[in-house]
Amino acid sequence: MKTVLTVDDSSSVRQMVKIALGGAGYGVVEAGDGAAGLAAAKANSVQLVVTDLNMPIMNGLEFIRALRQLAPYRGVPIVFLTTESDESLKRDAKAAGATAWITKPFKQDQLLNVVKKLIG
Amino acid sequence: MSPSQDPADTFRQEASDLLEGLEQALLDLEGDPGNKDLVNTAFRALHTIKGSGAMFGFDEVAAFAHEFESAFDRVRRGETAATPELIGIALNAQDFLRTQIENPDAASAVIGICILADLRKLTQSAPAALETAAPALKSEEAQKVFSVSLRFKSDVLINGANPLRFIDELRGLGEAEVTPEIAAIPALDALDPLACLMSWRVRLTTRAPRSAIEDVFMFVADDMELTIEDAAQAKPAAAEPTPNQDVAAHEAAADSAKRTPKESATIRVQAERLDSMMDRVGELVIAQARLTQLSAAGASTLGVAEEIERLTSSLRETIMGIRMLPIGSLFGRFRRLVHDLSRDLGKEIDLVTEGEETELDKTMIERLADPLIHVIRNAADHGLEPPQQRREAGKPTLGTIRLVARHAGAEVLISVSDDGRGLDTKRIRAKAEENGLIAPGAPMSESELHQLIFHPGFSTAKEVSALSGRGVGMDVVRRTIEGMRGAIEVLTEPGHGSTLTLRLPLTLAIIEGLLVRVGATHYVIPLTAVEECVELASEVDERSKGRSFLNIRGDLVPFIRLREIFCEPGRPEPHQKVVIVNQNDSRVGFVVDQILGNHQTVIKSLSKLHADAPGFSGATILGDGAVALILDTPHIIAAGQTRERRGATKHLEAA
Repeated sequence: MKTVLTVDDSSSVRQMVKIALGGAGYGVVEAGDGAAGLAAAKANSVQLVVTDLNMPIMNGLEFIRALRQLAPYRGVPIVFLTTESDESLKRDAKAAGATAWITKPFKQDQLLNVVKKLIG
Repeated sequence: MSPSQDPADTFRQEASDLLEGLEQALLDLEGDPGNKDLVNTAFRALHTIKGSGAMFGFDEVAAFAHEFESAFDRVRRGETAATPELIGIALNAQDFLRTQIENPDAASAVIGICILADLRKLTQSAPAALETAAPALKSEEAQKVFSVSLRFKSDVLINGANPLRFIDELRGLGEAEVTPEIAAIPALDALDPLACLMSWRVRLTTRAPRSAIEDVFMFVADDMELTIEDAAQAKPAAAEPTPNQDVAAHEAAADSAKRTPKESATIRVQAERLDSMMDRVGELVIAQARLTQLSAAGASTLGVAEEIERLTSSLRETIMGIRMLPIGSLFGRFRRLVHDLSRDLGKEIDLVTEGEETELDKTMIERLADPLIHVIRNAADHGLEPPQQRREAGKPTLGTIRLVARHAGAEVLISVSDDGRGLDTKRIRAKAEENGLIAPGAPMSESELHQLIFHPGFSTAKEVSALSGRGVGMDVVRRTIEGMRGAIEVLTEPGHGSTLTLRLPLTLAIIEGLLVRVGATHYVIPLTAVEECVELASEVDERSKGRSFLNIRGDLVPFIRLREIFCEPGRPEPHQKVVIVNQNDSRVGFVVDQILGNHQTVIKSLSKLHADAPGFSGATILGDGAVALILDTPHIIAAGQTRERRGATKHLEAA
């Protein structure tokens, strides 16, 4: 089973990711901020990461950069959640090593499509 | 959280927390308009509500939050100042959002529009273009042939994208002929396995528009060279409008309005508290197994009984801990109340809170909200003087209301104090005499007079304002607090303000009690009230037929014979005991036949028929199935005092 790590400070977003991807047969691991996400990434074998950018403790950009430093996570797709209004954040996230983005608010299908596109 | 929980409930819970945070931020912002962190907190809360709302079908909430957010974005970017006026409207908007989420039927769209109009007026933002969902034009496209060339940056693999997936996706659009170009790949020993050095050419025959091909590469478009050429026709296809994400939003809005929110009685519990509960339960199961084993063997079960007692007691503590919530969540609401009161009354009021971390039973926190609102309103309306008067009295115009919670033994004390004019004892007396509550000139102590403010229908306010002065508040407050086995104390200093202290037990369900016996009947005295137990020396018993006083280390302590109060038949037993209880800092002794010891008392309420019986606050069931009544010490003391007075009058008459 392919495992997806969702990192978001909003538990409802995490739950939505869980429902959308869990229903499609992916395993979902949750974390509430970047630091917890990093710990979860180390503890699990994760094939794709979905992360929010604006989070307490460790924000999404720092998280993506740190994750890319970990050898097993070079090459693992990282999808970040963004809003239509933050184009510059999108550039920053790409520069930090993110693979793709999903514009908020998003529907479950959109998320599933992106994940399928990246890891099948 | 159970996996079967309705995601919409999760959203409601989360949104409720976020709105609370938003309200706090807005209120803080009023005192500190330049604080970027606060603006960001508010912005983030709105942002999350907008995002999650749309995902869970709360489209109206999302739309409103979006507009609200746009207005606030201007504050965030420093284009608009966070004026008190703006914050006032933002608070209204926050309320409206809460209504939309919790009770959509009550959220009238007109109100929303008005609030947004006000917000926009203040932030001067251009009327936000409500993007109407333009249905994507899906005209039947003729089959076309595209020649697509793909060349990725070499770090594309490291960044998590897989070129083969894009090619697979292209294949999904139509018939594709893929030709790899491998000229850039070096010899094996020089090859970096993580670098993508290949490029591809794809000849794609498809009905899909050019934009669909572009969409395949949307995530990597910046990091690659992509050329899409129309191989068959020279005429380039017109760019299609990208399908709008919110196509279904408007249809969904209609039924989201019909949705009624369920009253969710959930409570959040720290995981470690649950763990420790599970531990206890585990040990209890083991102890129970041992008990079965021992009793089957006919061995002594005393050890296990003690073990079970210990476990039950710690399980009880753990579960009570789970029910405990910090009172800060309640205090948070009052900041808004004080803000509104300040505006409505034209008084400058500062609310200072202390002890937010003080924990109290969840159900009690809920029941405390209304009484505290009354008390705070009273403090703001009656206690604090108008600015002019404050200046004349040499006080700062900014009045302060202090809301303090703290633990004292097994009680929680919540006090509301103001630095206003204090209770006007003369006026209370005049009013009470006028209402016929007391006889003119009746001798009454200050504190007795103060208690009159809790009398139903009593109000000294010269005018009835919308907020207080109707006299329906304080008696309700007292009744609620007494219903929670609490008490209210009033302290006042003319010209300097007054303090109202609510004393409350930590929980409503179980108390520590002292089990006593009078004749054949058992009673429980709440242990919080008990100070000490002494023996009633026979000589004291003998001479105390008229006035009953006990000498406790030099202090005279009056005592009441429960046997007399409860008309217990038969003669008192030798070696009677006195339980000294503390009530409002004065000590009173209860004479009983026997003290049986501590008892964890599970409170059962009395039947409707007996609920009004004075002197008892409830009942409990003992180990042998017998019922013991729980004594309501303040009432019994009051009853004892009345008896004493009557007795004294009789003595006088006899003389």
